[in-house]
This record gives sequence, structure tokens and C-alpha cells, in this order.
Amino acid sequence: MQSLISISDLSKTYASGFVALKNVNLDIRKGEILALLGPNGAGKTTLISIICGLVNPTSGTVRVDGHDIIKDFRKTRAMIGLVPQELTTEVFASVFTTMVYSRGLFGKKPSPQYIEKILRALSLWDKKDSPINELSGGMKRRVLIGKALAHEPKILFLDEPTAGVDVELRKDMWTLIRQLQTDGVTIILTTHYIEEAEEIADRVGIINHGEIIVIEETSELMRKLGKKQLILELHKKLESLPADFDIPNLEASADGMQLIYTYDIHMDRTGITALLSRLSEKGIRFRDLDTKQSSLEDIFVTLVGNNQS
Amino acid sequence: MNFQAIKVIYQFEMLRMWRTLFQSVFSPILSTSLYFIVFGAAIGSRIQSIDGIAYAAFIVPGLIMLMLLTQSVTNAAFGIFFPKFTGAIYEVLSAPLSFFEIVLGYVGAAATKSILLGVVILTTARLFVSFEIAHPMWMIVFLVLTGITFSLFGFLIGIWADNFEKLQLVPLLVITPLTFLGGSFYSINMLPPFWQTVTLFNPVLYLVSGFRWSFYEVADVSVGISLSVIFLFLCLCLFGVWWVFKTGYKIKT
Ligand SMILES: Nc1ncnc2c1ncn2[C@@H]1O[C@H](COP(=O)(O)OP(=O)(O)OP(=O)(O)O)[C@@H](O)[C@H]1O
Ligand SMILES: [Mg+2]
Repeated sequence: MQSLISISDLSKTYASGFVALKNVNLDIRKGEILALLGPNGAGKTTLISIICGLVNPTSGTVRVDGHDIIKDFRKTRAMIGLVPQELTTEVFASVFTTMVYSRGLFGKKPSPQYIEKILRALSLWDKKDSPINELSGGMKRRVLIGKALAHEPKILFLDEPTAGVDVELRKDMWTLIRQLQTDGVTIILTTHYIEEAEEIADRVGIINHGEIIVIEETSELMRKLGKKQLILELHKKLESLPADFDIPNLEASADGMQLIYTYDIHMDRTGITALLSRLSEKGIRFRDLDTKQSSLEDIFVTLVGNNQS
Repeated sequence: MNFQAIKVIYQFEMLRMWRTLFQSVFSPILSTSLYFIVFGAAIGSRIQSIDGIAYAAFIVPGLIMLMLLTQSVTNAAFGIFFPKFTGAIYEVLSAPLSFFEIVLGYVGAAATKSILLGVVILTTARLFVSFEIAHPMWMIVFLVLTGITFSLFGFLIGIWADNFEKLQLVPLLVITPLTFLGGSFYSINMLPPFWQTVTLFNPVLYLVSGFRWSFYEVADVSVGISLSVIFLFLCLCLFGVWWVFKTGYKIKT
């Protein structure tokens, strides 16, 4: 697929001397949804801010549709819409006014119809005359999305779009993002949660300490990382597993009060049914059960481990 | 040029003035009226005319300048400081806009406001005292040039300030004293020679003097010098803006 944004050898050292990005190389494909996954302080916002022109890079280049983001900033910025991480808006202006403003800033002729369409899509139409400071946090987040879309961008950056957003709104947001993708918009979003990346993204880039550790198709990544653990709390302490209990990936905890079974969620047969029926055959009873997905930390350990081996 | 953007920034800023109509228009009118009552009517009635002009009329140009300077600076400073403070500036910075266009929008709006206000105060003054304007065209030139220059200056202050104290510091500690000591309420000929010389270092003197000349054809310094000083200050501010643009000072990391 064609690359729409190509980032090469991009580094950023802040005035404080802190190195936020180290030689980042990344190609973002036209029409994809890319999730940038990484813990706090990884450099996600810095990366996005450079592409959008809010932060000057220390070295390296970024091209958007073949145009350099500094030399040809008018062309590149006109293509990009940004939804920032923080809820930052003009306080007193009405929702509709602020949308008109955003569209104009990007040099587009006014189009009340288009703005109406966006506000309706974001369920904000009935709030169009409300001052922004009278909206709830989730509504403000939607206003920010609306502002970013007001100039019909080809590329949309969403910096942690789900922070402070309830389940319902999150679902709507994913629907909207998929719709935008269908309309040909390339979408880059950041998140702290692997589940979110899995749900929405075509590809996932994992970033840590200013470096892109891995960039991969979501399905491929999930296959590699899709390990889950089933934890069974036992009724009675188990001295050892019965000798003929030949189930792979099953371990007893050190205190003998838990059985831990590791399985792959993407396998046709996870082996859970077999495990549970064997347990009841043997009369091993359990009080409670729990499952645990690999956390972001586990993933880093796995990935960094793999990289080094 | 992204004219659409300049237009929306300008409109958005003007809209803010309507929203805060009371603060931005009525309070300057009120304070000017108070000056007229205190200086013009109460004290002025005991002061003989200066250079053949009744005292109440004499202070009109100075009062307009006082308002024009403080309003230009505070309007422009606040206009850019506020989005910086709320973070909403991100949108302007991520738009396909050069710094020049950003300045045109913000400074254009601030200058418009303060010039309009100058006209409003002129009209208010006319209710209290009668005066003639000898050179209306020059009066407008001084009004517009000063409004633009000091709005640029205010814009720079708004960029520089990173808290509310700093934002108020310059208008309060620099502009107001300089205007009071710059011959707004007196002719410098009334001062002892030493203080006359000191006053010549006050740039506001030249603005007030030139502006007053356009009303009454009397001036503390020659009109040519007044105009040159405004131009010099305008160039300094433009240079400052250019430098901010060049270095991204306090707006880009
Ligand atoms: N203006 C700045 N000056 C100095 N250091 C900065 C500045 N902005 C960010 N940093 C540092 O750069 C690093 C990366 O920050 P960044 O905001 O890009 O992280 P992030 O991945 O977006 O984190 P989060 O998930 O918390 O939003 C952090 O350690 C941060 O402290
Ligand atoms: Mg961030």
C-alpha cells in the first residue's frame, strides 16, 4: 500500500535536554487506521505534535503526501486534522461558532451544511448554540473531534480519544472512525490499551522511551501476543498435580492454592473445556476463577526480549 | 495568503469584544468621564488656559491617547495570551498559517477595537467640552498608527507573559506612568528645565504632542519628530514580531 506519511530519522530533544524521540522511522499507509500504543511519556504526543507543526523537530524529516512538513507546511497542514489529548477549547464561544472558526483557520470557505452534518454525526446538533464551557467533558471531546473534522482533512490524528469517555460514546466513536476510514481518511490514534488498539486498528505501532519497538498488522501482533491466563482458586491446597494429569501449560502456584493455565485466545481449541472436565474427573474443586490478558508491561517484556534474542 | 483564516481570527476576536462589551467599552468611557469631571470641570476651572486653550479641551487628546495606549496593549496582549493560557492556541499553530497571518488577525482586531474606542471617547469628550479638530486627517493618522503600533507591542507582551501577573505588569507599570508623565495633562513647558529634559526621553510625549497638534496646532515637539518616533516604535515592534516568528519564542518547543 501507498505510504501517505513518511517519517525518517526523526529525533526530538526538548530544551530541558530530555530526549523524547530517538531516530524514529515510520511509514503510515494511505487509508489505514494506525494505533500508537505506549505508556505515559513514551513520546506519542511529541510525535504527533511534530507532524502537526506544534513542536519543531530536532533532526530528521517528515513528509506528508510527498510534501515536507516544514518547507511545504501549508500543503501538509491543510490535509491534517488534530484532536489533542487535553480538552482545550475557547471557553465562551458557541459550538457552532467554534466550528466555523476551525474551518476558516484551515482556509476553507464557510459551509454551514457541512458543519451541520458533522455536528449531527457527533450528536451535538442540539448543542450547537451552547457555549462550550457549559458542556460535559465527553461533549467537549466530541467538539474537539468536530473541530478537527471541520476542514475535511485527509488525515486525522486522535491523541487518546477515549480518555474520559464512557462506553456508549466510545462505541459511537469507533463507528465514526470506521465511517471516516470508509470515506478515505487515514487515521492515527494513540492509546494506552492494547484492547483498544486491537478493536479498531489495522496496524499497531508500539512506542516506548521515544523508540518504535514494533510496528505490525494488528492480527499478526495479536497472534504473537494473544496469550491469556486462566487462574483457578482451589478449595483445598494441592500438594502436586496428579501424575497422569498431562495437560500442557498448566502450573500450580507455589502455595498450591491456585492452578494457572496459559492459553492462546486465537487458537480454535483453547483447551479450557478439556481442562475443566479433567479437573472434575479428578475431584479437584475450585472456588473462583479469573482470566488475565497480557498487560502492556508483559508485552514490552516479550517484545524487548524478542528483539534482543 | 490564507485570507479565510485571517478573517475568522479577526471575527472571532471582535466577537469577544461584543461579548465583553461592558468591560471593553463602557468601563473606558466611564473612566474618561471621571477624568473630565475631576480634571476638566473641578480642577480645570481653576487652571488658566494652556497655550491659549481651555484646560478641559487641552487634556482631550492626552486622555484619548491614554485610553488608546492602555487599551491597545491590554486588548492585544490578552487576545493572544488567552488561547495560550487555555491551550486553544494549538489549533492556530496547526493550521496552514504563517506567523504573519496570525499577527494580522490578532493585532488587526485589537487595533480596530482600540481605534473604535478612541472614536467613542472623542465623542464622549465632546459632550463635556467643546473643541475643534484642526487637522482631522492627521488626527486619524496618529490614531491609527498609534493603535496599530501599541497593539503590536501588546501582542508581544501577550506572547512573553506566561502568567496573569506578567500580563498586567507592563500596562500597569510602564504604559500608565509614561502616559501620565508624557504631558497628557500638562504642557512640558510648565515643568522645570531639568524635568523637561527627562521628559524628552519618554516616547509617549511624542505621541501625545503630535496628537494634540492635530487638534489645536500646538505641540511640545515638532510634528515631524512625533511621526518619526511613532514609526521608529512601529519598526521596533515589527522587528520583535519577526524575531518571535523566527525563533518560535515561547510558542513552539
Ligand atoms: N515541553 C516539554 N519540555 C520538556 N520535556 C517534555 C515536553 N513535553 C514533553 N516532554 C517529555 O517528553 C516525554 C514524552 O512526552 P509525550 O507527551 O510525547 O508522551 P506521551 O507518549 O504522549 O505520554 P502520555 O501517554 O502520558 O500522553 C515525556 O517524558 C515528557 O516529560
Ligand atoms: Mg500524550
